[in-house]
Amino acid sequence: MTGRSTEIRRRTVDSGGLRLAVYEQGDPTHPTVLLVHGYPDDHSVWDDVAHDLAADHHVVRYDTRGSGASGVPARREDYRLELLGQDLFAVADAVSPDRPVHVVAHDWGSVQSWEAITTPGSYRRFASYTSMSGPCLDHMGHWMRHRLRRPTPRHVSQLLRQGLHSWYIGLFHLPVLAPAAWKLGLARLWPKVLSDLEAVRPRPGHPQPTLAKDAVRGIELYRANMRPSIAKPRERHTEVPVQLITLQRDRYVSEFLSEGLERWVPRLTRRTLNATHWSALLEKGPVIAGLVREFAARDHGSPRQEPSEGGELVVVTGGGSGIGRATALAFADQGARVVVCDRDLPAAQRTAELCALSGAKSGAYQVDVSDGAAVHAFAKQVAADFGVPDVVVNNAGVGHSGTFLETTEEEWRRVLDVNLWGVIHGCRAFGQLMVDHGQGGQIVNLASAAAYLPSKVLAAYATSKSAVFMLSDCLRAELAPHRIGVSTICPGIVNTNITRTTTFSGLGEDEQAARQAKVSKMYARRGFPPEKVAAEIVRAVRTGKAVVPVTVEAKAAKLLGRISPGLLRAAARINAG
Amino acid sequence: MAQQQLPRFPFDDKDLAKFREVQQLAYHCAEQVAAWIEPGVTERRATAKLRRSLVQAGVQDFFHVPFAWFGDRTAFRHFHTPLQFFAGSRVLKEGMPYVLDCAPVVDGYTADIGYGGKVGENPVWDLLAQDLRVYRELILREVKARRTLAEVYAAVDAQIAEHGYDNRHQVYPGRVIGHQVTRTTARGPAGVNLFGFGVRTLQTLGRELVKERLEGRSPLWAGGKASRHAPTPGLWAVEPHIGFRTVGIKFEELLVVTEEDVYWLDDDLPHVRRWALQEGTV
Ligand SMILES: NC(=O)c1ccc[n+]([C@@H]2O[C@H](COP(=O)([O-])OP(=O)(O)OC[C@H]3O[C@@H](n4cnc5c(N)ncnc54)[C@H](O)[C@@H]3O)[C@@H](O)[C@H]2O)c1
Repeated sequence: MTGRSTEIRRRTVDSGGLRLAVYEQGDPTHPTVLLVHGYPDDHSVWDDVAHDLAADHHVVRYDTRGSGASGVPARREDYRLELLGQDLFAVADAVSPDRPVHVVAHDWGSVQSWEAITTPGSYRRFASYTSMSGPCLDHMGHWMRHRLRRPTPRHVSQLLRQGLHSWYIGLFHLPVLAPAAWKLGLARLWPKVLSDLEAVRPRPGHPQPTLAKDAVRGIELYRANMRPSIAKPRERHTEVPVQLITLQRDRYVSEFLSEGLERWVPRLTRRTLNATHWSALLEKGPVIAGLVREFAARDHGSPRQEPSEGGELVVVTGGGSGIGRATALAFADQGARVVVCDRDLPAAQRTAELCALSGAKSGAYQVDVSDGAAVHAFAKQVAADFGVPDVVVNNAGVGHSGTFLETTEEEWRRVLDVNLWGVIHGCRAFGQLMVDHGQGGQIVNLASAAAYLPSKVLAAYATSKSAVFMLSDCLRAELAPHRIGVSTICPGIVNTNITRTTTFSGLGEDEQAARQAKVSKMYARRGFPPEKVAAEIVRAVRTGKAVVPVTVEAKAAKLLGRISPGLLRAAARINAG
Repeated sequence: MAQQQLPRFPFDDKDLAKFREVQQLAYHCAEQVAAWIEPGVTERRATAKLRRSLVQAGVQDFFHVPFAWFGDRTAFRHFHTPLQFFAGSRVLKEGMPYVLDCAPVVDGYTADIGYGGKVGENPVWDLLAQDLRVYRELILREVKARRTLAEVYAAVDAQIAEHGYDNRHQVYPGRVIGHQVTRTTARGPAGVNLFGFGVRTLQTLGRELVKERLEGRSPLWAGGKASRHAPTPGLWAVEPHIGFRTVGIKFEELLVVTEEDVYWLDDDLPHVRRWALQEGTV
C-alpha cells in the first residue's frame, strides 16, 4: 500500500461557525468516500473500512459535532438534524468541491446523513449513499404512523419489537440518569459491552479515549431530534442511489424498519450482512469496504442519470444563439431535457432540433424576456408541458455600446428591459415555481465581466450587467434555505452573434453595420468559443459555484478590481467600444 | 476597387459536356467505393480503391491525390498540419461518417468532387446531409446576384452559424470554399504529384494565380481581401464543408459562371438525388 493511502491528513472545516475535525486518506484525485460515524463513536470506528478503501479512494472521515476533536455546540438546538445535515454538505464542499462524493454512514451518522441525502438537490453533492443501522427519522415517523393507523397483528408486532429494540432511546430522554450512567462507569465497561454483546474483540485504540465525553454530549442528538421528527414527520425523498446494508444481528435497529423505503428512495439497493451493530465495522471492515467499493463504482460517472421523471429539466432563455445554444446542447449531452426560448422562434427551434440529436427531449418557445407577462406565461407553460425545471439559465441579452450621455433614453430602456428586466422576470417566474416545488435546483444568470469592469463606452450595458450581478447575490441568500443555488456567469469576450446585433449610440445605419463588422472581427480574432462558456455553466450548476468569471480577461479584471480598483476606474476612460 | 474588364467565359458547350462527363465519372467511382466500403476498412485502402476505379475508368492524371476521411476526421478535428489531410490508418467503424474526395483529370478536363457517406446509423450525419442542400441553393442564389466571393463566403458562414454547425472548409489551405478550374494544358509529367497536387495542376494553378493576381482577382475563393470581387466567368469547384462536433460532410461540384448566367454544371449527382428522394418528388 502506498504512503498516500495510509497517511492520515488532518484539517478542520468550518460549518456554520463550528469547527469539524476532518481526517483524509488516499489519493484526492480518486473518487471521494465520506464516512460518517454514529453514537457513541468517533471517526476511529471506521479505521478498518477507511484503511481498505484508501487503496483506491479518497477517504474522508470527520468527528461529528460534539464528538472527538470537533467543536462542541453550546445548546441543544445546535444538535438539530438540519445542522447535522449541513455539516455533511460543508465537509463534502471542502474536500471535493468539484465532484459529488459517496457517503457511507453508520448508526446516528446514518440518521444525519439521511437528512443531507434527502435534502432537495442533494444529488449535486452526493453520488451514492450506503446506510447502516440508522433510519431517516422522518421515514421512521411515517413508518410508525402507518402501523398505528392500521394496527394489523403484524403491524402491532413490528411496533412492539422495534419498541423493544429502542428501549435505550427512552432512557436517553431521562434527564439525569443517562449522562450519569456514562460517567459512572458505562464508558469503562464499553469494551466489555462490545465484546460480550456485539462480538467485537477488544483492540488497542478502541474505543476512543474521548468516549465518556462523546457519549454524554451525544445524548443531545436523541433529545434534540427524536420527538419532533417522529411526531411530525416530513416527506423526505431522494434521487441519490442508496445502498441499505441490513445487519442481521443488530440489537438496535430491526430489519423491518426499512419496509416500504422504496417510496422515498426509488433507486434503492438492499444488502444483508451477518453482523452485529458494531461487528460490521470493527470485525468486518473489509467486507463493508468491498460493498461500498462495488456500489460506488456502479454509480460512477452517472450520478444523475434519471433523477426525476425523464431526466433533469433545464430552461435556457435566449437559447437560439451563442452561449444560450451552446449551454442547451451541453445539458442535452448530459441527458437533460432542455427547453429553450428566444425572441427568434426558428432559432430556438433549431437549438431544440440539435438537442434532440443527443436523444434529449426538448422544446422551443417564442418569448420576449423583457415582457414580464410573457415570461410568467412561459414558466406556466413549461411547468404544464415538462414540469418544474431543475436548472434555469437566464441568458438572453443584447449588446449596446455608447457613452452615458450619448445613450438615448430609449436605448437605456431597451438595454435595461432585456438585460436586467429579462433576468428579473425569469428569476421571479421560475424562482417561485422552484420554491413551491421544494426540490431545490440552480438558477444561472448571465452577467458579464462588464459587471465589474467599468467602461465609458458601455455605460448602459455594464450597468445592466452589474445589476444582474447584484440581484443574483441577493437572490442567492434568499433561495439558499430552499437549496436553490444562484450562479452568476461573467464572460469576457466570446465569439457569438452578439456583436452582429450590438447597437451603437449616435451612429447612422451604415456606420452601425461597419462598426458591427469591425467588432465582430475583433471578437472572432479573440476566438473564445461559446462552448467553453457552456462548459463552465454546467460546471457551476454541478458544483453550485456562486460567481464564475470566464476567459482570462474576465478573471484578470476581477482580480485587478480587488487589488487596484482605482486602476480599473482609470482604464474605464479608454475608448474600448 | 477598380473593376477591370472581366475575361470572357472560356468554354463552349463541347467543353462543358466534357467537364460534366468527368464529374459524372468521379461521382460514379465514389459511389462504387461507397457501395464497397464497410467497417474494418482503413482510409488508405479506401483511397487506393478509389484511385484504382478512377484509373480503370480512364483517368490519366489527378488534380490532387484522392482523399478519404473517416470518423471525426470528416470534421477535420485535431488537424494541425496539412499532412493530416492525407489518408491514414484510421479504421472505419459502425456508425461512422466518411468523406471521399477526388479530382480526376481526363484530357485536361478536371473534376473535383466530394462525397459524404456513413455506415450504419448516424442521426447527426442525417441532419447535416439534409441541411447541405441549403448551402447549394444559397451559393447559387448569392453568385447569381453577383455578390463578391467574400460576401458569398460570409453568407455561407452566417448560415452555418444559424444552423449551429461550424465551418470546416476554413481548415483547407487558404481557408478556401472553392477554387477556379481551368483546362490543364501543362506539359509536366502526368500522374506525378507534389504535396498531393499533380505537377500539371501546380503548373496551371501557378500560372493562373499569377495571371489573376495581376488582374486583382483570385482563382481561390475564400473570405479575405483577395476575394472581394464577383466570381470570374469560368468554372468554379465549390466545396462547402460543414461539421457538427465529430461529424463532417461536404459536397464539391462545378459551378458554371458565364456573363449572363450562373448554374450548377450538373444536377444529376448523388446528394441532389438524395434530397429529391427525401422530398418524394422522384
Ligand atoms: N458574447 C460575449 O462576448 C458576452 C460576454 C459577456 C456576457 N455575454 C452575455 O451572454 C448572454 C448571451 O449572449 P451571446 O453572446 O450568446 O449573444 P447572442 O446574440 O449570440 O445570443 C443571444 C440570444 O438571445 C436572444 N434574445 C435577445 N433579446 C431577447 C429577448 N428580449 N427575448 C428573448 N430572447 C432574446 C437573441 O435572439 C439570441 O438568440 C447575454 O446576456 C450577453 O450579454 C456575452
